[in-house]
Amino acid sequence: MTVVPAAPATNDRHVALSLGQRAGVWWTILRIALAERLAYRGDFMLGTLMRFLPIITQIFLWWAVFAAVEQSQSQSGATESGPPQLAGFAFHDMVAYYLLTMVARAFSSMPGLSTGIARQVRDGEIKKFLIQPVDYLGFLLISRVAHKLAYYTVALLPFALVFYLCRGYFQHGWPEPTVLAAFFISLILSFLIGFYLEACLGLIAFWFLEVSSLVFIYMLLNYFLSGHMFPLTMLPDSVRLLVDLLPFKYLAYTPSAIFLGKVAPGHVWREVAIGGVWLIGLAAASRLLYRRGLRRYSGFGG
Amino acid sequence: MAQIEVSQLTKSYRVFRKQEGLWASVRGLFHREYGEVQALRGIDLRVERGEFVAFLGPNGAGKTTTLKLLSGVIYPTSGTARVMGFIPWERQDAYRRRFALVMGQKNQLWWDLPANESYRLHQQIYGITEDDFRATLDELTDLLDVRRLLGQPVRELSLGERMKMELIAALLHRPEVLFLDEPTIGLDVVAQHNIQQFLRHYQQARQITILLTSHYMKDVAALCQRVVIIAKGAVQYDGSLSGIVDSFSGSKVISLQFPDGLEPSNLSEYGTLIKQEWPRVQLRVARQQVAQQLTRILNVYPIEDVVVEDPPLEEVIANVFHSVDEKSTAAEPTSSGSAR
Repeated sequence: MTVVPAAPATNDRHVALSLGQRAGVWWTILRIALAERLAYRGDFMLGTLMRFLPIITQIFLWWAVFAAVEQSQSQSGATESGPPQLAGFAFHDMVAYYLLTMVARAFSSMPGLSTGIARQVRDGEIKKFLIQPVDYLGFLLISRVAHKLAYYTVALLPFALVFYLCRGYFQHGWPEPTVLAAFFISLILSFLIGFYLEACLGLIAFWFLEVSSLVFIYMLLNYFLSGHMFPLTMLPDSVRLLVDLLPFKYLAYTPSAIFLGKVAPGHVWREVAIGGVWLIGLAAASRLLYRRGLRRYSGFGG
Repeated sequence: MAQIEVSQLTKSYRVFRKQEGLWASVRGLFHREYGEVQALRGIDLRVERGEFVAFLGPNGAGKTTTLKLLSGVIYPTSGTARVMGFIPWERQDAYRRRFALVMGQKNQLWWDLPANESYRLHQQIYGITEDDFRATLDELTDLLDVRRLLGQPVRELSLGERMKMELIAALLHRPEVLFLDEPTIGLDVVAQHNIQQFLRHYQQARQITILLTSHYMKDVAALCQRVVIIAKGAVQYDGSLSGIVDSFSGSKVISLQFPDGLEPSNLSEYGTLIKQEWPRVQLRVARQQVAQQLTRILNVYPIEDVVVEDPPLEEVIANVFHSVDEKSTAAEPTSSGSAR
């Protein structure tokens, strides 16, 4: 048994990490989080594929709604030509919208993020991030990127297939390049905004310990106010005004609306910019909550 | 400068006091009563580089709270602490690269992945060069004899194996100060022994500073030259292990072996009878009277064998805890419940 003598306390061992080393940390976290994600391959694949089921019911639902609208229009003798529209959306638009929100949700939904943070606070697992020279929120973010990458890898083919089968609903084809660029940026924004919203929610556990009912309320609000359930243009004007002031719409509505040209061309970049402001605000809020929370934290659980 | 300097460190928690029952729960929604639990009531401590110090104390005495403060996981209510010159709760990276905390009941490793992967992450987080990483990992896996387990998911390892893996993870960056919170909790005797051996060897070779809390007296006896007894949030004793007996126990135990057939009934004249299993008898005798009483006995009876020893350490320490407990309840009858 040979033992290397204690490392001399030279300074080079203790200086801050260089940018290259930081990239190394991020890459390793990403790689390991991916590996962990794939530890339960079967369950993961099944879960990914099951997410496609709701589309079918949703398409049928809107099909029935539009059929009813059409029928009542013809009964009332309305003579206007063209297919019926709801809040500026025809049936094909609605299906296209729904498919696109599915893509946006694939970026913005963060299953288990806030409850995971709350659990780590409650049972003391968060200690490990306080002891090691690693940033907790940064760690969570990179792990989440890894989760998403794993998800897209599995979901890409089914997504492509569904969009191919449903290509008829996209009557305007691909949007022009700048709009497409704005669409992709808004997807990234929806990921980051979704992340920081749920991170803030989870960090509230420093005060309340249990956040599952808060998460439930958040999910409910999210479902209605993000445009996941129906396009936000269907809301009455007064409500719409309020919803426009909230960040939820970036989680589903905004990316889809940009793609479908439902955001006026002059307003596309403004929408993206406001989303960016939300992102900065939420990221700052999460930092603040984390710092304040740690002050309160008493290191529960042994 | 000492490696660890703690002065007048206190920590109190605000805890929500809830009465039993449903109605109390409902009331608790609107009106909450809080109580202060004083986990630490002014700890002073000085540890030099290369010391191996044990914290002993009953559950809730403040041992873990002290370790949490020193690792910067929580903030103190008042007082100061410096470890290697750093204030722990500022959590500077420069400090966090130089110490490690291992908790027997907590996992640092990724549950579903082989330990190898977690070690790679540590390598990156702590900025360990590839050569250092290889050398340290080789050394530690050899010492702990776990090379074949490196590629197995952590969830498949036994408790003892997992603890060894945790230790490796904590030592990869060659910390100069190591905090161990119940490192052998729940382990069988063999695994406990393995871990003790490793810790002793490693600490001696590296001359690192270790603070250890443990309920197993064997851990403490095997490892630590210095013992700090913490009870009721304060240091009750600080010194060598054998010194505990000297300062807290005023008596010795005399074991006598009588010849077959001789069973005198008046032995309690000489001391307190602890055990009586003919032909063996154990008496507790006040320290100052040992020589005197022993002479009297030897004069009267034909004794075949005599042993004079200190009472068992566990017993002495249990008495220390107990007396501290009685003193404080007497001093402050409204003393709040046990600390976390």
